[in-house]
Amino acid sequence: MKHQTWKALATVIALAGILMLGACHKKAAPPPPPPPPPAAAPTASISVSPDTIAQGQSATLTWQTSNATDVSIDGIGAVQPSGTQQVTPTDSITYHLVAKGSGGNQEASTRLTVTLPLGEVAPPPSSSEEDLFGHNVKDVYFDYDRYDIRSDQQAAIQADMLFLNQHPNINFTVEGHCDSRGSTEYNLALGDQRASAVKSALTTAGISPNRIKTISYGKEKPFCLEESEGCWRQNRRGHFVYQK
Amino acid sequence: MNDTHRPVPHFTIGARLLSVLSLLILLGSLFPSTSFAQDWVRTGSGLGLDKVHLAVPDFKPSSSDPQNDALLKAFNDTLWNDLDNSGVVELVSKSFYPLQVPGQPPEVTFGVWNSPPPNAAMLAFGNLGVGAGKLTVQGWLYDVKNTASPEVLGKQYTDVATSDAARLIAHKFADEIIFRLGGGIPGITESKIYFVSDRSGNKEIWVMDYDGSNQRQLTHQGSVSLSPRVSPDGSRLAFSSLTKAGWDILMFSLDLNRLVSFPRFGGTNLSPAWSPDGARLALSSSRGGNSQIYLCDVSGANLHRITSNKGPDVGPVWNRKTGAQIAFVSGDTGLPQVYTIEADGTNQQRMTDQGYAVSPSWSPNGQFLTLAWIRKYGPGEPGSSDIYLMDIASKQWVQLTHDGGHNDYPSWAPDGRHIVFQSSRSGKEEIWMMLADGTKLHQLTFTGRNTQPNWSWK
Repeated sequence: MKHQTWKALATVIALAGILMLGACHKKAAPPPPPPPPPAAAPTASISVSPDTIAQGQSATLTWQTSNATDVSIDGIGAVQPSGTQQVTPTDSITYHLVAKGSGGNQEASTRLTVTLPLGEVAPPPSSSEEDLFGHNVKDVYFDYDRYDIRSDQQAAIQADMLFLNQHPNINFTVEGHCDSRGSTEYNLALGDQRASAVKSALTTAGISPNRIKTISYGKEKPFCLEESEGCWRQNRRGHFVYQK
Repeated sequence: MNDTHRPVPHFTIGARLLSVLSLLILLGSLFPSTSFAQDWVRTGSGLGLDKVHLAVPDFKPSSSDPQNDALLKAFNDTLWNDLDNSGVVELVSKSFYPLQVPGQPPEVTFGVWNSPPPNAAMLAFGNLGVGAGKLTVQGWLYDVKNTASPEVLGKQYTDVATSDAARLIAHKFADEIIFRLGGGIPGITESKIYFVSDRSGNKEIWVMDYDGSNQRQLTHQGSVSLSPRVSPDGSRLAFSSLTKAGWDILMFSLDLNRLVSFPRFGGTNLSPAWSPDGARLALSSSRGGNSQIYLCDVSGANLHRITSNKGPDVGPVWNRKTGAQIAFVSGDTGLPQVYTIEADGTNQQRMTDQGYAVSPSWSPNGQFLTLAWIRKYGPGEPGSSDIYLMDIASKQWVQLTHDGGHNDYPSWAPDGRHIVFQSSRSGKEEIWMMLADGTKLHQLTFTGRNTQPNWSWK
């Protein structure tokens, strides 16, 4: 038994030795010549702090680049490779930075949101009634296959009523939309009932029905095109559109 | 010690593999008995009867005109396709045919056709020739088991020498055969299918032959046009379209090839449907609040509501046999279900017991509904929308499609043997056709997204 084990061990060692010898005889392939170093590509980053300001306030724009010979920001023009600047836009804006160098171009952008003072009745010269409508009137979202207004949507309805009462000259359309599931015809009828439900909530609260048009788009004009619950939820809504 | 230690890890991996495998096998044996335990039953008028074995050798050229080959091919392909899709005959494979096929009655050798390998009961044959811009086709149907008096049918057709005319003649000859071998029910090869296509960039109403050929655009509304429904006499098409005022029923004259006037009702007006006498329309309108089923004369006069449900009512369709009942879809109890109601608004009956049931279409004999149904609906039940057939009297149903995709808008052919529907099984919504038992499934449209097919009444 012991003798056999030793014999086996010896065989294993011998085999391993042969294998190692064989490996030693193999010549390693010469390494390939290193590729020429590429021109370093520029890098770029840009940020704004804070990213949301009220109208009239200012924010600080900060950017950094490397390997760039030519750096510019849309709306500001050519700038130093790195730097900071105070900005005071009247409307929300996206700052778009382009860094050009011998290694290519690099872009970066950041968005600064400018909020309008809430409850302001007289619109500032830069904001039309339509913009105000777009900022203040909130869409109403629905559950699947339902056309009754959810309790968590009452806040949106309240905000809508507040704004619409303050702007009695605005006429508007409520569009009923549905998610992509189910039948075309049934969804058009369902969207019609959603639009009617929103209209009815507003007229009950004293908004004149003469100001409100309704239309159903069913699943014909979705806001979001993916087949997922996140998308479907976005598409089940009463959407407000300003009437010119 | 070493000898016993080493195999242990091997053994545990092996055991794990085994247990996983057996679990898979167990699951595999469980699933068929649960999720696939649906009825998959063949139904039809010819059930249990062997279909007639028909041999259709290519027609022979009877002229050497340079046009002859192309027209002969169009004719032969159309005739074979028509008979193959008819559902009334079993075509004998061409590989069993003798090398010499007949083009004229004297050339028929009965013995080689009525015995194996072809073993045909019937033989359709003939010839096609072009001369002086004219196309002439001679065709015969022979009962090859009755050698004493074999001729069932002998026809000669003459038309202009065009590919369309060759196809039309093939349709006419096929319909003659189908009429004789299919229990006296007229064939459908000259019927049309109306449908919605977005291939122009907007959803517009299109029309095609029953076999998918000759697809052409009818409406040019430039908005969204849906739910085409052709009148029983084939002269007009009602559909719903998004106009400046909202969703209106529009009327298109197929004779004049343009819109003709139809009143605007206000509200959202959808899914028009013709009564079988062509005198009335049923439709869904929200003019009085929520969407309900209304009836009106074909002029739009005498509009009146016949349903009063909570949820939206849509998609009415008349009993094609009696004209006395209407099937429709209602969300009265939540998810949409199919109901029937008398045309006078009485006796509303729910037909479907669960799930999401829409798009009923009434069979020409008045006995069946076909509908789109997601029977198992809800979280954790990934039900698919399939086409079902329901016997109205018993409410018993049979599932016709099983092959995946979202299937909707079934519509009966005038022969009651075929159903056209939309399906996303190919990756996008296209129009498909099948026999009413779910067999002979094939795709008719391939360009753009094509939906809501509606088969002409004759």
